[in-house]
Amino acid sequence: MTVPLEHVLFVSAGLFLLGLLGVIVRRNLLIIYMSLELMLNAGNLALVAFSRFNNDLNGQILVFFIITVAAAEVAVGLALIVALYRKRHTAHVEDLTAMKL
Amino acid sequence: MHNLLFYFFAGLTLLCGALVVVNPFSRNPITSAMFLVLTIASLAGIFVLLDAFFLAAVQILVYAGAVIVLFLFVIMLLNLKEEQRRQIRTFGLVTGLISVVAISAVFARTFMSARLHNTAPLPAVPGATRPLGALLFSQYLLPFEIVSVLLLVAMIGTILLSKRDV
Repeated sequence: MTVPLEHVLFVSAGLFLLGLLGVIVRRNLLIIYMSLELMLNAGNLALVAFSRFNNDLNGQILVFFIITVAAAEVAVGLALIVALYRKRHTAHVEDLTAMKL
Repeated sequence: MHNLLFYFFAGLTLLCGALVVVNPFSRNPITSAMFLVLTIASLAGIFVLLDAFFLAAVQILVYAGAVIVLFLFVIMLLNLKEEQRRQIRTFGLVTGLISVVAISAVFARTFMSARLHNTAPLPAVPGATRPLGALLFSQYLLPFEIVSVLLLVAMIGTILLSKRDV
């Protein structure tokens, strides 16, 4: 592997920015959730790259924990979305204005 | 060969990630979920190229296997029809672009100022899975156990939230 570290980090940063754009611009709750997953994956990629280029396995352990926590988070979040859909019959953030002043 | 594969997977990751967020052809959430699978699979490819074989396998099993199936289940459960093309509010678009530009400026500045002296390729960690497991079950044993409790809590929470009369 002779790819410089910068290029891997560049991919990671690009993926993170795409996820951020999706979270802010998109209005569908499920797609916002998928964009969150993109951002988490971008962080994972950066951690794996640093771990490889420093020959330090602690980074990979952190990625392992991040993946586990992300799986738990997705399960709870999707259950919340389903519960919300049952009450409001929408998965669109613009229709969820109960907490608006 | 390695380099070629890396750039191939990197391009695929960014392309599919973009198609998850903005798909000009379809507003269907299932399409986004499918492109998310592709993104995650190509990220697993990059993990393999970075000698993180175990994490590549976990990435495929947990993300492409479990998380995406969960997403698809929920999409089909909610019976979301093809989302009608709503006007994307210019306010949201402008704030989104502003924050993206701001954060990419932060990234660029960090790239400039960081002295990444360690760019020379180092020899791969020999057989990364075994030392990873050893580390996980010695130094990181307590976090590992705490994560198991977290998964239990998530499971209970999900069951509680999915009950009809909450």
